[in-house]
Amino acid sequence: MARGAVSIVVERCKACGFCVEFCPTKVLELSSEFNSKGYHPPHVINQEKCSGCDLCGMYCPDFAIHGYRKDKPAAEAITETADAR
Amino acid sequence: MHADPMGVLTGSHFLDGDHAACEGALAAGARFAAGYPITPSTEVVERFSQRAPKIGATFIQMEDELAASIAILGAAWGGVKAFTVTSGPGFSLMMEHIGYAAMTETPCVFIDVQRGGPSTGLPTLPAQADMMQVKWGSHGDYEIIALCPNSPQECFDLTIKAFNFSEQYRVPVFVMLDEVVGHMTEKVVIPRASDIEIEPRRWTSQDKSSFRLFAPVDGEQVPEMTRVGEGYNVHVTGLTHDERGYPNMTPAMQDKLVKRLISKIRDNADKICLTEQHDIEGADVVVVSYGITSRVAQRAIELARAEGLRVGSLRLLTAWPFPEHIIRPLAAKVKGLVVPELNLGQMVREVERCAAGQCRVAHVGHAGGTVHQPEEILKAIREVAR
Amino acid sequence: MSTTLTCPMTAPPNPVEDLLRTERMPHIWCPGCGIGTTVNCFSRALIDSKIDLQNLSIVSGIGCTGRVAGYVNLDSFHTTHGRAIPFATGLKLASPETTVVVYSGDGDLFAIGGNHLIHAARRNLDLKVICVNNLTYAMTGGQTGPATPLDVITATAPYGTYDPAFNLPALVEAAGAVYVARWTTFHVRQLAKSMSEIFKKKGFCFIEIVSPCPTLYQRRNKMGDGLDAMKYYKECSKTKNGCPTNEVGLTKSGEIIVGKFVDRERPDFTTMMRNYLEHQLGDEYIPAEGPECF
Repeated sequence: MARGAVSIVVERCKACGFCVEFCPTKVLELSSEFNSKGYHPPHVINQEKCSGCDLCGMYCPDFAIHGYRKDKPAAEAITETADAR
Repeated sequence: MHADPMGVLTGSHFLDGDHAACEGALAAGARFAAGYPITPSTEVVERFSQRAPKIGATFIQMEDELAASIAILGAAWGGVKAFTVTSGPGFSLMMEHIGYAAMTETPCVFIDVQRGGPSTGLPTLPAQADMMQVKWGSHGDYEIIALCPNSPQECFDLTIKAFNFSEQYRVPVFVMLDEVVGHMTEKVVIPRASDIEIEPRRWTSQDKSSFRLFAPVDGEQVPEMTRVGEGYNVHVTGLTHDERGYPNMTPAMQDKLVKRLISKIRDNADKICLTEQHDIEGADVVVVSYGITSRVAQRAIELARAEGLRVGSLRLLTAWPFPEHIIRPLAAKVKGLVVPELNLGQMVREVERCAAGQCRVAHVGHAGGTVHQPEEILKAIREVAR
Repeated sequence: MSTTLTCPMTAPPNPVEDLLRTERMPHIWCPGCGIGTTVNCFSRALIDSKIDLQNLSIVSGIGCTGRVAGYVNLDSFHTTHGRAIPFATGLKLASPETTVVVYSGDGDLFAIGGNHLIHAARRNLDLKVICVNNLTYAMTGGQTGPATPLDVITATAPYGTYDPAFNLPALVEAAGAVYVARWTTFHVRQLAKSMSEIFKKKGFCFIEIVSPCPTLYQRRNKMGDGLDAMKYYKECSKTKNGCPTNEVGLTKSGEIIVGKFVDRERPDFTTMMRNYLEHQLGDEYIPAEGPECF
């Protein structure tokens, strides 16, 4: 079972390829789908390799993707964000 | 609201215009000044640098006028009343930020102690040749307010007025001194703080979710103001923007925004245009003057009246917005208007425009460097009265 | 036992969403432009450092990087070309409790704004300056800038540049900055860490971030796209913390030295001003504490 997962905001993606290139475990590749601007957003090809490290999120210039650890429940993850604010 | 006694040097003083202007700023509540040395304005900030640490104000001498003119805008958004001071060459450098202040509706005051130009010109001698520049110097369409004191006392009084107008209308306001008014020493009476009316900043108390930094409320023309650190997450840009301050670079938004920036001043000209009028009723000739020239004009008018001529005086304390609503009807009633000024034709163009051929307009120009002789103005009065 | 998420539909939101003016997304930066990446790192640094966001303001100049101010959900000021630093100076002096970040580009900060930068560093004003260096004036079409390396084709150097570039870290160190670092947009974790560090450090702090401009710089010089630039950064960067800044000049395709070069202590401007005036004036001195009520 993968430790992490990614969440992609398809409409924001500009297909720069950073997330695909710099994912340490090669979880992503650009899909053949396209968004309303004509860009090919990434999709997950290797879910089980995702560690939730969020490097994709840090690299993305368009805030179109982020990774998260699955062992942190959604509520806890959101609380972390709120506390930090 | 009354002035904060901390900044008010109550009493009877013997001050020059530059020093009096500084006291006016302090009385008005200015607690930040940024400047760059330039003759004949430097004394304003020199005095401020002396007074500031004893009253909780900050002075910083910046590396140039470009920096000074925007440092005051940063300070304004930091929550304080701020001003800068300069003369011709420095004024030219400040033009971009004057436009930025107008576009972002940042309250601020600029004091220009005019000297001979163009370029380096006459650093220590007077002129009134920045009068068009103060209105049109920055690119684009915008309105500003410019006041013209003719004595050290007025340097004090009108600087307070300048700060008040800038808060009321969220607009940069200019106090147009000249080297003579700036360096002449006269009695200046500074009242008690409780007798000085100042306009506080129009702080908003609106809800964070609904407050729009560039949207007037309740049928007003001027939006309320805020500052950093209040949680409004403001966005301020010089780009054409919508009511939230977000860039919206479309013809429709341009039309809406720029017209509002202009009408908030023009529509209130009757409240902003301060004048001093004498013997206008029944006059054949009216001398329209401002700043130091008005004092020479006063003598010329006395001499003319002694000759039996029916001469009145219209002194502009507010040069911009130009008092069209006063000049137009006046031009219909008189034989002529005489406009003496220490330049080769600036405010006279506005007078001519408003007179629109209804009467003669005689310009008494001067390249600058000294003040007129009363006889020069008297000659023009006689000419026009004929 | 913690709950395991299985469905991306219940994924936590991107931690930086609250820091963005999401109603303005997608932003104007080109595909492969690194500015957004720097904003990502910045946002994460803001979260991780737990800094009081209500008392943080961001000031930017004009240019592609200048647009950062418009996309972050903080008190933000998009000022005039080259003058973010003097605006920030006034802001900081009027509101000493505000953390003031200047976020601008190489041309804005080092050409038209160069004079202001060196004076602010000289004074050691407590400003956090983030300089995205894409080696060009991107917004206006890719003209030569003060940081453009030699032998580079630009819109105003159609045969290639022949005037040398500034070495940004060296210049800023010489002017007096107390913190000087350089990273590239490849070095996301180090960059976020540096940004967190400067929030805690008083004085003039400077971070240069080498970033791709795919549309203009990369394309004109046949260097590929943004991803190619990132690969170049990965291949050719060398981390040398503490490296003497005179050795970190950039070239068209040579080694990029990154790291934290300078981290020193000296009193910031406000501290010096207050201490000195108090010493000179004693009880008569009244420091300006912050925004007045009137």
